[in-house]
Amino acid sequence: MSSFSVTEPSNGQKWFAGILVVLYALITIMPLAWIMMTGFKTPPDSISYPPKVIFEPSLEGYVNLFTTRTRVGQEALDALPPPETWYEEIVRERDMVIAGPSKFGERFLNSVIIGFGSTFLSIVLGTLAAYAFSRFKIPLADDLLFFILSTRMMPPIAVAIPIFLMYRNLGLSDTHLGMILLYTAVNISLAVWLLKGFIDEIPREYEEAALIDGYTRFQAFYKVVLPQAATGIASTAIFCLIFSWNEYAFAVLLTSGTAQTAPPFIPTIIGVGGLDWPAVAAGATIFLLPVMVFTILLRKHLLRGITFGAVRK
Amino acid sequence: MSDTPLTKAAEATPPTVARKIRGLSDRAIAWIFVGPTIFLLLAINIFPLIWTINLSFTNYRANRTNRAVEYIGTRNYERILNDSDIWLSMQATAHFLIWTIIFQVLIGFTLAWLINRKFKGNDLWTTIIVLPMMLSPAVVGNFWTFLYQPQIGLFNYVIAFFTGADPSSFQMLGSVDLAPWSIVIVDTWMWTPFVMLICLAGLRSIPDYIYEAAEVDRASKLRQFFTITIPMVLPFLMLAVLFRGIENFKMFDLVVQLTGGGPGSTTEVASINLKREAFEKWRTGYASAFAIILFVTVFGLASIYVKALNKVKER
Amino acid sequence: MKNLKLASASVLCMAAASAGSATAEDLTLCWAAWDPANALVELSKEFEAQSGHTMSFEFIPWPNFADRMLNELNSGGKLCDLLIGDSQWIGGGAENGHYVKLNDFFDAEGISMGDFADATVYAYSTWPKGSENYYALPAMGDANGWFYRKDWFAREDIRTAFQEATGRELAEPKTQKEMLEIAQFFQGREIDGQTVYGAAIFTERGSEGITMGVTSALYPWGFKYENTPGSYDMEGAVNSPEAVEALEFYKEFYETATPPGYTNSYMGESLDAFKSGQVAMAMNWFAFFPGLYADPDTGGDKIDFFVNPPQNQEGSTLGGQGISVVAYSDKQDAALEYIKWFADPEVQQKWWDLGGYSAHKAVLESPTFKDSAPFAGDFLDAMGAVQDFWQEPVYAELLLAMQKRMHDYVVADQGTAKEALDKLIEDWTEVFEDEGKL
Repeated sequence: MSSFSVTEPSNGQKWFAGILVVLYALITIMPLAWIMMTGFKTPPDSISYPPKVIFEPSLEGYVNLFTTRTRVGQEALDALPPPETWYEEIVRERDMVIAGPSKFGERFLNSVIIGFGSTFLSIVLGTLAAYAFSRFKIPLADDLLFFILSTRMMPPIAVAIPIFLMYRNLGLSDTHLGMILLYTAVNISLAVWLLKGFIDEIPREYEEAALIDGYTRFQAFYKVVLPQAATGIASTAIFCLIFSWNEYAFAVLLTSGTAQTAPPFIPTIIGVGGLDWPAVAAGATIFLLPVMVFTILLRKHLLRGITFGAVRK
Repeated sequence: MSDTPLTKAAEATPPTVARKIRGLSDRAIAWIFVGPTIFLLLAINIFPLIWTINLSFTNYRANRTNRAVEYIGTRNYERILNDSDIWLSMQATAHFLIWTIIFQVLIGFTLAWLINRKFKGNDLWTTIIVLPMMLSPAVVGNFWTFLYQPQIGLFNYVIAFFTGADPSSFQMLGSVDLAPWSIVIVDTWMWTPFVMLICLAGLRSIPDYIYEAAEVDRASKLRQFFTITIPMVLPFLMLAVLFRGIENFKMFDLVVQLTGGGPGSTTEVASINLKREAFEKWRTGYASAFAIILFVTVFGLASIYVKALNKVKER
Repeated sequence: MKNLKLASASVLCMAAASAGSATAEDLTLCWAAWDPANALVELSKEFEAQSGHTMSFEFIPWPNFADRMLNELNSGGKLCDLLIGDSQWIGGGAENGHYVKLNDFFDAEGISMGDFADATVYAYSTWPKGSENYYALPAMGDANGWFYRKDWFAREDIRTAFQEATGRELAEPKTQKEMLEIAQFFQGREIDGQTVYGAAIFTERGSEGITMGVTSALYPWGFKYENTPGSYDMEGAVNSPEAVEALEFYKEFYETATPPGYTNSYMGESLDAFKSGQVAMAMNWFAFFPGLYADPDTGGDKIDFFVNPPQNQEGSTLGGQGISVVAYSDKQDAALEYIKWFADPEVQQKWWDLGGYSAHKAVLESPTFKDSAPFAGDFLDAMGAVQDFWQEPVYAELLLAMQKRMHDYVVADQGTAKEALDKLIEDWTEVFEDEGKL
């Protein structure tokens, strides 16, 4: 950009803007930093007044997150053999013994299964549908698309009422399949909408050339369109994944144990055995970190997804 | 190319079947491609919607399966519209909706404008600002209750540090006056970046030559801001407001975790009320009617708004 | 050695076979996540060894327990084979077919409900109330009680200050009003350089907290749900002058004698406030008392317990649960086996020893019971005068209405006590009308 440009801000302006933005960014990540810090505090440190910024890091929160513990009397404690592992040692210091693993691992795994399962399904179905909407004349296509998108205006609780009844009759309550289908149905509207935008941008001439070369429609779709849409598909997938990962309302109403995901579970960690904020923070950290990493790595593709494709770069 | 799984499969396919697939018309392919999606949406979106409408005219209770279901006409709707608690929850929703939008627009636009000064490293800082909105509202909201603790919470401590007040003298989540603001604060923290990103896209869509022309006309910077920047960004901003409006009208997870609707019913927004009716009191018919009313309200408001948005775009 | 192992293994097998189970099942027991649940895990190891079945547990924290489990039952879920459900669920569990009726099983196995404390059988097992239709076996007796810092109460400087302030000796309160006076005395006091507060009480909005707290004041004042039981005639009972006074008392307690920010607290917060040395007294369920007594920091000589003090009469809020077999379970036979094992007097004694509150008369009426723990006698007193909330199938609606009205009045400071109770009658009347009971 030339230095004569009238649209290029002055250095002073840049400095001023930069300082303000950095200030805001620092304030905004403070709660997130606090979550991560709290995860490495001991329970007494976590509730000390004034709040501790400098503290001796401890893995107690993580140990508490992954185990259930019981308090035993002093006599029983003395009778036990010395702790074998570092985590047993941490627990013993609180006069407790490890009774077994907690449910956190299972719930996290459920999040992974349901998140990836529904994303995969949304992308497969969404890509096919988006291609059809983009390339073929489908009667009432615009209305159909708008209607598909508008179902996202329903509050999730409202949607959950009939789904609850339906799943009860079909035996899909609290199953992985049920949640995968539900999240797919919710995601697919966004997926079709976004993917149609990406496929629209791929010139038709490529496929037409392929068709003339003797490719079938399937082959043209598979070999020509898909590779071109790969970036779009990947960024759509991230959005579907993040939605399923973060979703709470359906999960809390339609799952109780077997298929419960992490978001309804993490807030309940606090209620087990007193107020254990480090364990909650540890769970939150493990759960939030993948999304943060994704966000930083894929920042270039964010905008289109979160605006339902309304804003295109 | 020639050794992709698909070509292998195509080669291995008996000729008659292959011919059949090849022979499929575009029309058939279109339906095969769209079919599963349509089916899923019919099964999990449309059919339940119709079912909800049907239920809304009954006295059905999902926890009393052995009780006879009666059609009671529009009685559920009448009861809802005459229920003062529902109106209170609508007020709580409106307070939340209006103030989050005001704050997010003001802060979001300012940030976008600042970032558009293109200082060094703006990309990195933008990403950091965006982080909160990508995270699970339930998990983050749950942790905010810790930050809001009267004595030990970081939020209270920081406020007390700057104002000199006693950090245990005010209760963000527990007091009737502050609780509605506590949820506004967290939502603003989470979703301001959303408005910011859209505004940023708007600002970046303004071509430089417009400003250059204005400069030639000796228009002041302030005048340029109000005659060029604002009108050009407005459609984007309105879009952001639409999305936030719809999302916050449905708001559930964040508020449930923060206040659970309390103290009393001060922050009982529409979704929480609906959840209580549907899944705690199990008044399924009544809740279905409420759900339909909410849906129609959002849909109606959004449609009017979209019309206005289109007018702005045309200008 | 090897032979011995073999022998014991075969004995185990035989025991399993004699118990009548063809296959070893994996049973899931659902309950709330709290101290007694850990004790039950310990206890159940014996059942696993005896029967060959394995036990899994799903413990849900109290604030989510009712919500999650009722949702599970209403969705016909198969997560739980056995459920230790809250006493108020029994009506819904029976009428909606969530729980298996146990009468035939009890008869066949020779389990007599007469062996269990009458109040617990009435509250945890029967539907309709007081009939001989059993849907649960009393599993865990419980009531709302109090504990306090015995070490503070014994300190000379504090005792003198209390004497000066009130003209009374500082001791376990004999009435509700005395209790408030003590709490107010401690409120804001400096002890060992730390500001402490009066008492931790229940104010939670989301599940049942504030109702359980308020009723602990209402019952001693003589609160009744109906003028005549079974009539659903609430005007004049629910909003009686005594009830109004009790509710005003609870609000005063909340405003003048609880820690700051105590707007939404239940069991966990109460325990935490006490264990962190923030409060002189605290209200909580007896279920926690063994754990509190064992606490290395605030347990032992530093703690003592008392039953919810009377005012116009004695009265404690009932907690506690019965154990039921879920009708949707595919493993009902194995689940019944567990109940049979659990009902055994020896197992019941062990249950109490481990920290669970047995409701079996063999345990409660044993001469050693009263002295077996510092809170054992208080527990018997409390169970002698317990009252429970509505146990109607629509209890959830009734509870939600009460939660709202009580929280609106006590915490959000809206309206008067009389208005809150009047509105509560309106809400409840509407619910009963919808049910066709009025």
